[in-house]
Amino acid sequence: MLLNASGCLDALIAPDVARSLDAFVTKTVTPQPRDGNTPVRIAETDVGMLNSIGLANPGIDRFITRNLPQLAELGVPLWVSVGGFETDDYADICSRLDDHADVTVIELNVSCPNVEAPVESAAEIVSASRLATRKPLWAKLSPAVPDIGEVARAAQAAGADGLSLVNTIRGLKLDDRTLRPVLGPGHGGLSGPALKPVALAAVATCYRATQMPIVGMGGVQTGLDALELIAAGAQHVALGTVLFADPDAPARIRAELYAAAAARGWNAYEDAYAVAHEEPLSVQATLDERSSV
Amino acid sequence: MRRERLSVVANEPVGPYTLLRVTCGGLDPGVPGQFFMLEAPGRLLPRPMSLCLAPRRELAFLIDEVGPGTAALCRLERGDTIHVLGPLGNGFDLDVERPLLVGGGIGIAPLPYLSEALGRPPAVLGFRSDRHAEAAELVPNAQACVEPTLVTELIPDGMDVLACGPAPMLDAVRALAPGAQLAWEAPMACGYGACYGCAVEIDGELKRLCVEGPVLRAA
Repeated sequence: MLLNASGCLDALIAPDVARSLDAFVTKTVTPQPRDGNTPVRIAETDVGMLNSIGLANPGIDRFITRNLPQLAELGVPLWVSVGGFETDDYADICSRLDDHADVTVIELNVSCPNVEAPVESAAEIVSASRLATRKPLWAKLSPAVPDIGEVARAAQAAGADGLSLVNTIRGLKLDDRTLRPVLGPGHGGLSGPALKPVALAAVATCYRATQMPIVGMGGVQTGLDALELIAAGAQHVALGTVLFADPDAPARIRAELYAAAAARGWNAYEDAYAVAHEEPLSVQATLDERSSV
Repeated sequence: MRRERLSVVANEPVGPYTLLRVTCGGLDPGVPGQFFMLEAPGRLLPRPMSLCLAPRRELAFLIDEVGPGTAALCRLERGDTIHVLGPLGNGFDLDVERPLLVGGGIGIAPLPYLSEALGRPPAVLGFRSDRHAEAAELVPNAQACVEPTLVTELIPDGMDVLACGPAPMLDAVRALAPGAQLAWEAPMACGYGACYGCAVEIDGELKRLCVEGPVLRAA
């Protein structure tokens, strides 16, 4: 299944792009409306991009009354990303969404980079949300923690149904003339190709730690990138920064993904699931594989 | 919203700027003031450029080389191809009685196409040097000035102002000509409302310039 990463697509502005995905993930919704951070909010680096949007969103009240009915009309399964600053924030929003049949999955954005105790924090948020809703709960984790496998196990024990891996990691860009931060708030979240090896490692670690369903994301630009995440242990793949450069990316990456799987002798890309954890191929098999792709 | 791979026809110097001409393929040139996202070879993100001219079967963009993305665009050669997405955003309202085009620096970029659409109305343009002012040749019926003279000194009363230029110039135009149509710019990753990167304060709220603008009415 191909999805978008939360915050990387507005389905109401670009419905055709949303319909080219298997599910649409909303921008993170918080209890109160948020304007977001002071501009400048985005900057390109040589290996990715930085953003400091600051969770701009209409707040849960307006989201439910205004956005949700319009999103439901798209006919695309809807994942709602939920954020907050206290554990209760998550639980409150989950309970508000619980009786809306249009919401397929709730993704808990538990990856606030300012949280000091990621294991306990993730467990508390997932536990509280679990009590507030019967909907499937996916925990979106930050890779910038000492042991993401431990956080994943805590989320699993607290009742999460799946994991979304990974959120951005903190980065800084300086103006090359003034040597001052380019972004309004100073630092931002790094995404794009620089994040791909980080995402692969996080997916592989969490797969080994939990065997849970995983949406892999981080630096996917091609179908082969997506296939690598699947091989590392992701059942699904989400597209982020690539959507900014190319709104047609879902169709292209889907075609490339099928082709990349077929080139390796698989009938379906699902056959690549978690193969990175199997015994290494022999040297000769590796050479044969290389010559055939 | 349509994205196509287009061929470069030419890259021509205009003073210190570069006029990038590409085949238009199946893309609509749109309304003056709308913009396109141009793939910058070797860079992760495309660059937003307002349409400068729409000669037959072509789209032309005036580019100021200010960083690695615009440098890559200025290095394109005839026959190279780039992906182009657009037209995007809201352009100028062409229903005006006494149009006056006001441009500053690279902000003159959308004015040649706008001038054609409005029947070549008068224009006033400001530049930082004589070399930059060579680009005034792209805008018909233009009066150009060079710093320290400011373009705002050339704006007569009673005109319907349509302006594009640096933010301080637009702020000054807004003070002189309430109701002016102002084309703003902001860094943007996507150009189609996905990234929320181009937020600007409009009526006390942060809104996406690519969705609400880039042309906004001065309050």
